[in-house]
Amino acid sequence: MKALHDSARAEATTAAASAATKKPRRHSTMAWIGMGIVGFWLLMAIIGPTISPYDATAIVDVDVFSGMSRKFLLGSDYLGRDMLSRILFGTRATIGLALAATLLASIIGTAIALFAAFSGGWRDAVISRALDALISIPSKMFALMMVATFGSSMWLLVMTAAITYMPGAYRIARSLAVNVQAMEYVQAARARGEGVWYIMTMEMLPNMIRPVLADFGLRFVYVVLLLSGLSFLSLGVQPPDADWGSLVRENISGLGEGALAVIMPALAIASLTIGVNLLIDNLRGKRAAKE
Amino acid sequence: MQFDQFLGKTTAPGMPPGEPLVSVSGLCVNARKDDGSSVEIVKDVNFTVARGEVLALIGESGSGKTTIALSLLGYARAGCHIAGGRIRIGRCQIDQMDEKALLAMRGHHVAYIAQSAAAAFNPARTLMDQVIESALQHRVMDKASAMRKAVDLFRALALPNPEHIGRRYPHQVSGGQLQRVMAAMALITDPELVILDEPTTALDVTTQIEVLRAFKNVVKELGTTAVYVSHDLAVVAQMADRIIVLRDGAVRETGQTGQVLHAPADSYTQSLIAAAAPASRVAQVREILPDPALAKAPLLRISGLIAGYGSPDRLGLPGVRILDDINLTMQRGSTVGIIGESGSGKTTLARAVAGMIAPARGSIQLDGENLSPSLEGRTREQFRRVQIVFQNADTALNPAHTIGRILNRPLSFYHGLKGEAMRRRTAELLDLVRLPSSVLERLPGELSGGQKQRVNLARALAAKPDLILCDEVTSALDTVVAAAILELLAELRRELQVSYMFISHDISTVRAICDDIVVLYAGRMVANRPREAMMAPPYHPYSHLLLSSVPAMQQGWLEQVSGAGQHKLPPIGPVEASPDICAFLPRCTMRVEGVCNTVPPRRRNMEHGGEILCHRSDADLQQYQSPLLPVDGVTV
Repeated sequence: MKALHDSARAEATTAAASAATKKPRRHSTMAWIGMGIVGFWLLMAIIGPTISPYDATAIVDVDVFSGMSRKFLLGSDYLGRDMLSRILFGTRATIGLALAATLLASIIGTAIALFAAFSGGWRDAVISRALDALISIPSKMFALMMVATFGSSMWLLVMTAAITYMPGAYRIARSLAVNVQAMEYVQAARARGEGVWYIMTMEMLPNMIRPVLADFGLRFVYVVLLLSGLSFLSLGVQPPDADWGSLVRENISGLGEGALAVIMPALAIASLTIGVNLLIDNLRGKRAAKE
Repeated sequence: MQFDQFLGKTTAPGMPPGEPLVSVSGLCVNARKDDGSSVEIVKDVNFTVARGEVLALIGESGSGKTTIALSLLGYARAGCHIAGGRIRIGRCQIDQMDEKALLAMRGHHVAYIAQSAAAAFNPARTLMDQVIESALQHRVMDKASAMRKAVDLFRALALPNPEHIGRRYPHQVSGGQLQRVMAAMALITDPELVILDEPTTALDVTTQIEVLRAFKNVVKELGTTAVYVSHDLAVVAQMADRIIVLRDGAVRETGQTGQVLHAPADSYTQSLIAAAAPASRVAQVREILPDPALAKAPLLRISGLIAGYGSPDRLGLPGVRILDDINLTMQRGSTVGIIGESGSGKTTLARAVAGMIAPARGSIQLDGENLSPSLEGRTREQFRRVQIVFQNADTALNPAHTIGRILNRPLSFYHGLKGEAMRRRTAELLDLVRLPSSVLERLPGELSGGQKQRVNLARALAAKPDLILCDEVTSALDTVVAAAILELLAELRRELQVSYMFISHDISTVRAICDDIVVLYAGRMVANRPREAMMAPPYHPYSHLLLSSVPAMQQGWLEQVSGAGQHKLPPIGPVEASPDICAFLPRCTMRVEGVCNTVPPRRRNMEHGGEILCHRSDADLQQYQSPLLPVDGVTV
């Protein structure tokens, strides 16, 4: 393999002149599609309420569970409210909550993982076992418990989702960090007398960030699903506010007639999660692009 | 071509007499790059192998030697394909066979012995199962006769306990034995052609010599036709009848072994042979040592160092000792070589000095000042003065950082350099290690192995250290590149007055650049010699074994030399259960019943200035040890 690699490289240098003309694209098509979807929903989260045709809570017509029409571009819900407006208003809650919770989970999980892998020994053991114990609590049960104890609020939802998914992020980041930690460049940095912070952020993190990002995408999907699930159980975002999960729930009675009001928010959830994963899986760093 | 015909001993039925067994003509192998374009990695290679002949393919990494060997199996690695040419083995036209015919041929008519036996065996099955597998699969013989044949092969390969070794699992035998078992696996079907792909490269020299001897005997006995792939000319000199020198996928020279070694026609072959004997070239740079009397304290003094792992015993010593009672003094500007086989504790010693492994006992002093055993207690100045260069340049450089960033970090970290001053110093460093300034913007993955090792070295030099710990810095490099790095080290030492602790398993490398040589065996310093007495007899029994196991670039060396496994070990009674009993005892040909197995050896001075850890007297050692064979380019 190495032989192949070396000769390929030798060839690459001789062909450098021709390679310069067809510069490799930084990102793949898939990444652009993902970026488009995510960008669209982010934009909607910001400007959605201002461009929505109706107020989200306004009952526009007596025609409930209607199909697409000039009046209701995405149909109407069980009270005759405009689905398009409901979804646009719900974007902010869905993305905001999920993003905040996922960011918290991934950042805290990765930071603890780096610390545990770097210090090793009993610290690693204690942290790992404690978080394993946390994993063993079923996520929905934990969320139910939290909501039942403290009542439902935006912050509580974020915290609950973050705590639920942090151990998973920790597990993945730790196994990466343990491998990176054993690499000789980390050993070299230790032998140079570098501090813990420098080694963790500058030497280790850049070499594990890609799998951690991919995990972030996956975790985002889980958080969206958890929050939607909670909303579906009416433990999440409380009416009259609505995220996409609660939109599915409140219109569930329309499922039998195949109402757009159920399908559309579900499609929105699906498109967001697919978009985030396409984006993250196909993001190429400077290094990958050069290779 | 005439020679091949001459050698064609036995001829297969239906084949015209004198026809070589293998003939390859116009072989081209292409590799596909990521962007879809293809690269020619083997270019128009022609050769033949006569029956019973051993042909060596030699070249550095990337020369296509393994690719060519694999194409004899009709196989190309992922991303490669055989683009053209004709390959004939016996009556089979390999390049025109379909996948099914190839499967029937592989492991039956053509067998392959890979570099890493440890990776090639299934750990969950016994050796015998795996050895006879190909014979059963190809229905060459029934199980009972296959097992009988396997035992015969084990015996021919000088494996211990040939009747029963087959019942063991791969982890229960040593690396050298496993490599020989793999040879048995390849030979069980009486293949017409055996391909040996660097079969001894991963082994220690003392093991390598045993394996080579076993291979050679079997090849001679069975009259096997073989293609031997290697980068090591000295090893090839023992095994091959003819040598093909490859570079960048093309043949540079083909000739009889003796002719290629002693009268190479091609300029590239000449440089390979020159690089294989670095001793003569670097030797002249080791004079300008400052007078040790002038320095107040030695640069580095290690005393009574013990390090290891496992739960401590009642004296507070680790259960498993990796290093045991190491005492070492290094003068400023000198180079100390540490040699020993894998597992002897060489790397642990370097890491203990660097502070990465806290020793259980003993002290390490830098310029008379105690160094803290762990990283936490050391000052930045102490860190700066001791730098470590790791073996594997691929992993020692952070793949996410550019070369510029890698070199700048120690400059700002130790010296607080910024802006223009930093840029100037970085340029100086690149100059020192002879790299172009264009590498600054590149990532380590874009450099070659030799370039990476230079960056590695430059990073250590950036600190302006007094002591550089070089851990097998040349082991992963090709001969020519390694020779250049050695020369660079010697030159830097002259210019910058830096000291090296040079750790290697390769004796000729250590011999080339070191003032003192320390021989480690199982974590103990069994011998310590100053440069003046470096090669003078007598030797510690282990040093002698080590020195005599280094292959010389001469044909017939393997037959003359008295290396491992040549002498019967004298019988010895039960061994005292003390950790201080001589560790070399089980392998020592000079052990004394009633002394070596009961009394720990004492460290004593030798007449010519060195120290050894052995019961035998100088006169005894001298008397029993056969003199070393003189080796080209090395003054004994």
